Amino acid sequence: MSDFVQRVVESISRGEPLTPTDDRSRMRAVMNNLVLHLHPSKVAAPSIKLTYTWGLGGLAVLLSAVLVVTGVMLMFVYTPSPDTAYQNMQNLQTDIRFGQLIRNLHHWSGNAMIVVVVLHMLRVLFTNALHRPREFNWLLGLSLLLLTGAANFTGYLLPWDQRAYWAITVGVSLLQYVPVVGEGIGRFILGGPEVDATTLTNFYGLHVAVIPLMLFGIMSFHLWRTRKDGFSIPRRIGTVISEKVERVTTIPHLISREAVFALVMIAILLTWAALVDAPLEEAADPAHSPNPAKAAWYFMGIQELLLHFHPFFAAIVIPVLGLVGLVVLPYLEPDVDGEGIWFLSVKGRWLALLGTVMGVAGTVLLVLVDEYVLNLPELLPSLPTILSNGWIPLAWLLGLLWLYWELLRGLFRAYRSEARLSLFCLLLASFITLTVIGIAFRGEGMALVSPL
Amino acid sequence: MKRRNFLKASWLGLLALAGGESAFIGLKFVSPHVDAGEFGGLFDVGAVDDFPSGSVTPFVNGRFYLVRLNDGGFLAVYRQCTHLGCSVPWNAEQQQFVCPCHGSAFERDGEVLNPPAPRPLDLFALTIKDGQIRVDTGKRIERDHADDRYVVYPEATA
Repeated sequence: MSDFVQRVVESISRGEPLTPTDDRSRMRAVMNNLVLHLHPSKVAAPSIKLTYTWGLGGLAVLLSAVLVVTGVMLMFVYTPSPDTAYQNMQNLQTDIRFGQLIRNLHHWSGNAMIVVVVLHMLRVLFTNALHRPREFNWLLGLSLLLLTGAANFTGYLLPWDQRAYWAITVGVSLLQYVPVVGEGIGRFILGGPEVDATTLTNFYGLHVAVIPLMLFGIMSFHLWRTRKDGFSIPRRIGTVISEKVERVTTIPHLISREAVFALVMIAILLTWAALVDAPLEEAADPAHSPNPAKAAWYFMGIQELLLHFHPFFAAIVIPVLGLVGLVVLPYLEPDVDGEGIWFLSVKGRWLALLGTVMGVAGTVLLVLVDEYVLNLPELLPSLPTILSNGWIPLAWLLGLLWLYWELLRGLFRAYRSEARLSLFCLLLASFITLTVIGIAFRGEGMALVSPL
Repeated sequence: MKRRNFLKASWLGLLALAGGESAFIGLKFVSPHVDAGEFGGLFDVGAVDDFPSGSVTPFVNGRFYLVRLNDGGFLAVYRQCTHLGCSVPWNAEQQQFVCPCHGSAFERDGEVLNPPAPRPLDLFALTIKDGQIRVDTGKRIERDHADDRYVVYPEATA
């Protein structure tokens, strides 16, 4: 009998022993396993240091697994119809055993995933591990970020409460400012002119099937390319990677780290979900908009821009420029060899700090000036607002950024790579500042208020 | 053309055709459509005399306000804010539409009193026949400025 069991086990593991003991069979075990073979069989020991990767990529995979498990559980108790959805949510929270916990886990994992994916991207960027040969994998990562955003956005509507309804209404309305095709796309997504029953089934289908499938397809591709392109190796400024860098087998060195990290993260997630409930407001009422009607938190940066720019610029031109920048970034040839070095060099570190400080200070200053001092459309009443509140302020901002670039290159004698890094930090800090202002400092009628 | 190339081109053509058909079917399957009687269809809202001059009457199902201007003309004003799609309530005290989301304000005829709204409130096509008012919520009218072009007056009573 035990012979037969052994025979079955061997057929599953393709003849490999279940607990390989020597390096060679450990490497073979990785190669012959469907899931594990997304890993390399051996990795450079410094590459898997926690303080280099912060485990962020793995954490994103973990979160998506948690999201699938909890998401499927939620599907069993939820009907995507305006007549039932909100009631399902109340049921979930009061009647179904552990319903609130599962919903909390799903909600917080989804939100955490946006943060984790962004942090992962920043880690790769700040350690300069995005250039040749990893440019394309950066693009795959970027599409995973967009898909994560889309998953969150479509999921946001499903509870069908006031918060959900108006966040999606405001979010999709941004599309109408895309010239020519925007209104058609918006109509297509909503399945009509407004958020209604059709929108709910649309979003449900996208949320539970289309987006997860794409996410897992591209995620596998992303992991496989990471293996193919090789892990970047951390090093100190002024050092080169020695030929004899220690290489260790994935089993057990990487796998055990991943397992421990995952367990710690699951513990944190469970604790958080047990203590903090996902929000649920009153049932959606299409006739009454709340005041203020805010979009989802990750869109608050753009909504804040909307208060300062013509919608075409706030919702389309500036985000598209940002996205194009992120696509082009890995293809700009670096003139500093900084792969594996945090912020390139000593000067790079100072300039990154400078950019961040300038970004925060400049954004706060500009928001205050626009709110209390300067009203361009009023100053230039003869011009259409697309000029006075669009092209003109954008041109000024781009001019300021160009000045900043010249300052870095001229006064600080920065390499292009260092100047790009500093500029990126400035724009990132600016976007984060806008998001924080939008979330915490905007009250009734979108007026500036103290969050306390 | 060689037979080999011809066959290759034919297969590629068929592949393109199959792809196109699938895309067309898929697109049509998920495209929105409107049934009569729902929002997006026709609404018979009542007789001209039911609405005094200067009145603003909400129609929740049709998602519009029936506005009778002081000069007796009618407009069907879509309740959706032209800024970011919030529902705009009529504020009877201030005699204007005020959007709760971002503070846009509109005149009775939909004209913008206060930005950020980029254009006046949209209208729905409105017709009056035999003293009965009919609003077509499938025909939305966007305006750059609220002029009297779209105001509908009841036919003179004999």
